[in-house]
Amino acid sequence: MTTDWDVSALLEVMARDLRPLIDPEQAAMIGIFTGGVWLARTLHAALGLQQPLGQVDISFYRDDFSQIGLHPQVRASDIPFDVDGRDIILVDDVLYTGRTVRAAMNEIFDYGRPARIRLAVLVDRAGHELPVAADVAALRLNATAGEHIKLRGPDPLRLELEQRRPQP
Amino acid sequence: MSATIFRFGEGNPQYDAQGRLRHLLSTEGLRERELLQILDTAESFLSIAHRSVKKTPTLRGRTIVNLFFENSTRTRSTFELAAKRLSADVLNIAVSSSSASKGESLMDTVNNLMAMQVDGFVIRHPEAGAVHLVARHLGDSALVVNAGDGQHAHPTQALLDVFTIRRLAGPIEDRVVAIVGDVLHSRVARSQIHALSILGCPEIRVIGPRTLVPEELSALGVHVYHDLQAGLRGVDVICALRLQRERMESHRLPSLDEFHRRFGLTPERLQWAEPGALVLHPGPMNRGVEIASEVADGAQAVILQQVAHGLAVRMAVLTILSGAAGGE
Repeated sequence: MTTDWDVSALLEVMARDLRPLIDPEQAAMIGIFTGGVWLARTLHAALGLQQPLGQVDISFYRDDFSQIGLHPQVRASDIPFDVDGRDIILVDDVLYTGRTVRAAMNEIFDYGRPARIRLAVLVDRAGHELPVAADVAALRLNATAGEHIKLRGPDPLRLELEQRRPQP
Repeated sequence: MSATIFRFGEGNPQYDAQGRLRHLLSTEGLRERELLQILDTAESFLSIAHRSVKKTPTLRGRTIVNLFFENSTRTRSTFELAAKRLSADVLNIAVSSSSASKGESLMDTVNNLMAMQVDGFVIRHPEAGAVHLVARHLGDSALVVNAGDGQHAHPTQALLDVFTIRRLAGPIEDRVVAIVGDVLHSRVARSQIHALSILGCPEIRVIGPRTLVPEELSALGVHVYHDLQAGLRGVDVICALRLQRERMESHRLPSLDEFHRRFGLTPERLQWAEPGALVLHPGPMNRGVEIASEVADGAQAVILQQVAHGLAVRMAVLTILSGAAGGE
């Protein structure tokens, strides 16, 4: 079901909280496919970042590849700036287990050694399984394991909350 | 050896019981969906060659065996590099086919390697069908990629060719493609024809002398030409084939010079095709026979891009087949 959260208002919160943390001349942004890239496009423009926007598809870095195989549609990762010594803002839609963020960081380090990575998410929900924390989160939710939160888009962007039956 | 198209028993041994692609044996019988998934995944792997760390952790902890019963430099080394860039461990085994009493020793070799808990085989074998036998033997227990079996199939070469056409010549659905040379004996040509048909290529032509391009090939849905000028008219992509010198011995060709005079690709003859038509060659080239050096090194040749694409396509194939090994 579609929730009544206003995604554009939440994006404004993310931009507001990121602004004091970054230097728009030097900092660069990377969105994680698919939802993170949608959000990053708006944030990148709102923050006036000088470096072109990067995007990563973490399919080749997933820690569950040997269990579930390859995602049927893999997009090309593209980091069009020099990662070495860079302040990077990593953007994703929902921070849940932390495994996607870990995979994305592994991939970014294969491009170079950033000075710093900050994590900005639309929703930080309960259920972290790794020591990964968001620097910026527009919404923090105590969702239970059966609840699935998903960003749909790209036009318009809307947050959906779905009850899932527990897996037998 | 006859050029019959092989039909292997019931069902398609490339797919597992769940319908997932488990082995890559031939482009024949591949579904368009899987073919496109391989090509799209290869696009994602292309950029990895330009990063500071040219590796992904995808196949970490897996072991892939390159089992080659025939010589190969390009195919074997790109498969090796593809597996290594996916973080797999690679074992290279070259077996001289003359030293073995074939069928039995092949399965013995495979069984011995399986006892070492390997996860996949990339196999080249001089006999058509040998790689299918291994795949049927192994079933779900390890993946098998055909790196060329006799005159039957060389699917990853065909996939890298269609990948190259799609990237550099545009949509395959509106390109005219000509395959020139010894089509009859070519596993590359056979795999190209199937891959191009599945992707909806509207016109596939085969061009060469009657002894190497018999009329019966039209049963594959291709247009047969014995005259290069007529065959190249309106063509967007030219796939040259390596002329196997050993065909001379079977008297299918009067001489290499004669072949070059009638079917060799020279700069003048390229003018017969569409302006800027791409020239592909699977290598190794016989310069001055099927292709003149001026063409091989010229602006329309994409032969070195094919090699780079081959690496990305083989990474995609190994990843997709390994992924199907997972699940419950």
